[in-house]
Amino acid sequence: MQQIIVSGIGGQGVLFVTRLLAETAVAIGYSVLISETHGMAQRGGNVISHLKVGNLSTASPLIRPGRADVFLGLHPDAFQVHGFYLKPDGKAFCNTTQQNSKYTIDAILIATELGSPVSANLVLLGFAASSGLLFCKPEDLERQLMSYGGKRQEISLKALRAGLNAYPQDQD
Amino acid sequence: MFPVIHGLSVYRHRQHAGRRDSALENKVTTRQILLGNEAIAHGLLESACTMATSYPGTPASEVLGALVKLKKQHDLKLHLEWSINEKVAFEVALANSFAGRRSAVIMKQVGLNVAADPLMSAAYTGVKGGFVVVVADDPGPHSSQTEQDSRFMAMAAKLPVLDPSSPAEARDFVDKAMRLSEKYEIPVMLRPTTRVCHARQDMELRSFAENDQVPCFEKDPGRWAATPKFRLLLHRQLNEKLEKIALDPEFSPSLLNQKEIAPSFQPQPRSCIVASGVAFAYAQEILLDLGLWDKIPVYKAPMPYPLAPAFRDDLLALYERILILEESYPVMELQFQDRVRVFGRTTGTVPASGELLPEVVESVLRGFLQLPPAPPIAVPGSPGRRPTLCAGCPHRATFFAIKKAFPNGLYPSDIGCYTLGLNLGVVDTVLCMGASISQATGFYHAYQAAHEDAPAICATIGDSTFFHAGIPALINAVVQGSRFVLVILDNSTTAMTGHQPTPASGKTLDGVRVPKLSIPDLVRACGVGFVAEEDPYRLEAMIELLKKAKKHAQARKGGIAVVVAKRPCLMDRSQAESWTRKPVGVTSQCKGCGFCIKQFECPALESQGKKQPIRIDPALCSGCGVCVVVCPHKGLKRVVSG
Repeated sequence: MQQIIVSGIGGQGVLFVTRLLAETAVAIGYSVLISETHGMAQRGGNVISHLKVGNLSTASPLIRPGRADVFLGLHPDAFQVHGFYLKPDGKAFCNTTQQNSKYTIDAILIATELGSPVSANLVLLGFAASSGLLFCKPEDLERQLMSYGGKRQEISLKALRAGLNAYPQDQD
Repeated sequence: MFPVIHGLSVYRHRQHAGRRDSALENKVTTRQILLGNEAIAHGLLESACTMATSYPGTPASEVLGALVKLKKQHDLKLHLEWSINEKVAFEVALANSFAGRRSAVIMKQVGLNVAADPLMSAAYTGVKGGFVVVVADDPGPHSSQTEQDSRFMAMAAKLPVLDPSSPAEARDFVDKAMRLSEKYEIPVMLRPTTRVCHARQDMELRSFAENDQVPCFEKDPGRWAATPKFRLLLHRQLNEKLEKIALDPEFSPSLLNQKEIAPSFQPQPRSCIVASGVAFAYAQEILLDLGLWDKIPVYKAPMPYPLAPAFRDDLLALYERILILEESYPVMELQFQDRVRVFGRTTGTVPASGELLPEVVESVLRGFLQLPPAPPIAVPGSPGRRPTLCAGCPHRATFFAIKKAFPNGLYPSDIGCYTLGLNLGVVDTVLCMGASISQATGFYHAYQAAHEDAPAICATIGDSTFFHAGIPALINAVVQGSRFVLVILDNSTTAMTGHQPTPASGKTLDGVRVPKLSIPDLVRACGVGFVAEEDPYRLEAMIELLKKAKKHAQARKGGIAVVVAKRPCLMDRSQAESWTRKPVGVTSQCKGCGFCIKQFECPALESQGKKQPIRIDPALCSGCGVCVVVCPHKGLKRVVSG
């Protein structure tokens, strides 16, 4: 089982990223259990999704602190607020303007360059996927994104790929 | 928009929808990720529900929303409605059940308080067609005034209640509840919690059942219109039903790990766990993690009330220590009537408030099983960003105008997005739906009766909340001779819960035209002499109107004044964009005094430090331009393009 936390603020696409990951998981044969933030907390406050992926014969909706394998932080505040969910040897991928490790990326800058600041969530997801630490391959995410169709498909794919290409290739 | 947002895009089983499959013969065709609330909607359609009514409220809102979508998508024949409040919703659906048709009413826990009157009485009359009362609880609470346990309401009404532990189980429990209800002619409560409602899980889709039940109301005044004498008889019958239901093996607690428990293993002293709902899911996962699943017997209770007396006696005979895990009040625990061997909330073993998060359950389990505590993990004390009204929200402009027109006023408010007017200091009380108006009346008379000078009272209520419970309160305020200003924040939708329509929309969910209710007309009909409407984006005009209203409320021959602040919710995509976006820029006059950030609190306005000009976040700014008027120093201006 892989346990993933997605954190950000309301309106950043935390739910979208979580759902894309979850539907990718189901498409490649896993079961999922997700927990989301709804209602008043969505109005500009910090929001968080818990995602469990695997062969879940038993699973509960929330991840315990210190148990998440992967952390996706869509907002610079996210790690400070929800980073405690990550296990000691877990990996956090964060959107921030301060580039201080190979796991951080200025996703908003990249998305803005693509002409779609709201696609920063997919830039970050692509970035995380290229690390090889997610339960799925980047192609699986692309395939799932393609299946949605719609007006935003092209820009969404571009954002995902821009994130993929931004991950440092010389390391790992 | 994301086409799979409600998990409805892959209906490969659609061709089966018209066939006469019973729930048992349903064919498995594909797996889909469903939100807990969508899973409940599917459960209702799989169990031939013919009517569902609801009033929106987090965490329950998406059940009826999903039904509306499924009805359209599959051309289903069932009556769905967003009723005016939960009491009305309950009574509408109950009549359908009296007529022999399967029905459901859906609400959040505090909604059940509103519907408590018909709930208690319907327990006595019983039902004909299956009647499921879906009540979503919100331990935490995340989006509610209380973290009350609706299972206690079921107990108070003497009704059985089912407590699902996952979205998939919630769906399965709908059918169980429907059959149980019909078998014993009794309303049955299905009580999911936030972590079930707002969890998503992959599950096999099943086809929907044919719902062609013919309405047939059989007159029986001794039952449906029972006088007190007959009510006693009905009460006896209710008690008999409950006794039988408690013994029904389908709903009895079961020992989940019977196979795994090593017969040779005898924990000393002999202990067991009884759990229901999401608390069970956490306990199971944690015990598996700790390698204890084969060491301690775990009983899962699908129906926490009524528990069979024999179950309780057996457990007390078998075990010396029994730990009860349930949310959010001690419903099973109190049925055990043993304060020595039963551990839970009443013994302080389980915290008496707050959500049973998995880390809490782990700590309780470790304590009960006498294991060392888990290594501590520092959780930041600050909850992070507080929620705020959206950038461009018309409520923010109205609240700012109220602050200007009623300095040092008294501000009773109500339940909705606008509760966040707290951040602007213009919300003093938030009690329950509709209370803003009755509390304004109470505050007025508190000062009046004591011959004290009252602060100017300005109450705020949203349009949907006004329809829900505000109208009787307004009539009462008028006939009690109270004086205050009421601002009805009319954004033409129920915004907080996901933009459900209000009675002012003029259409049913099926698109049938019905009378469009006018809030000013209703207010006038309640006997209010001063009614005026204004657009909060016209900030200066709004401030002037509020001052005029205040004068009316204080004039010798005046009375209650009602101002309708009318502008559609920006986030409601079903309403045409009603404003021209005017980008706002920061001028050299901005010295970073912070007035706009503190007093207007728009998330698009960002401080860049003391005495530094503020910054406008272009990704958040809606271009409403209200802040230009708010700034006292001409530090903000509309940017003229070109």
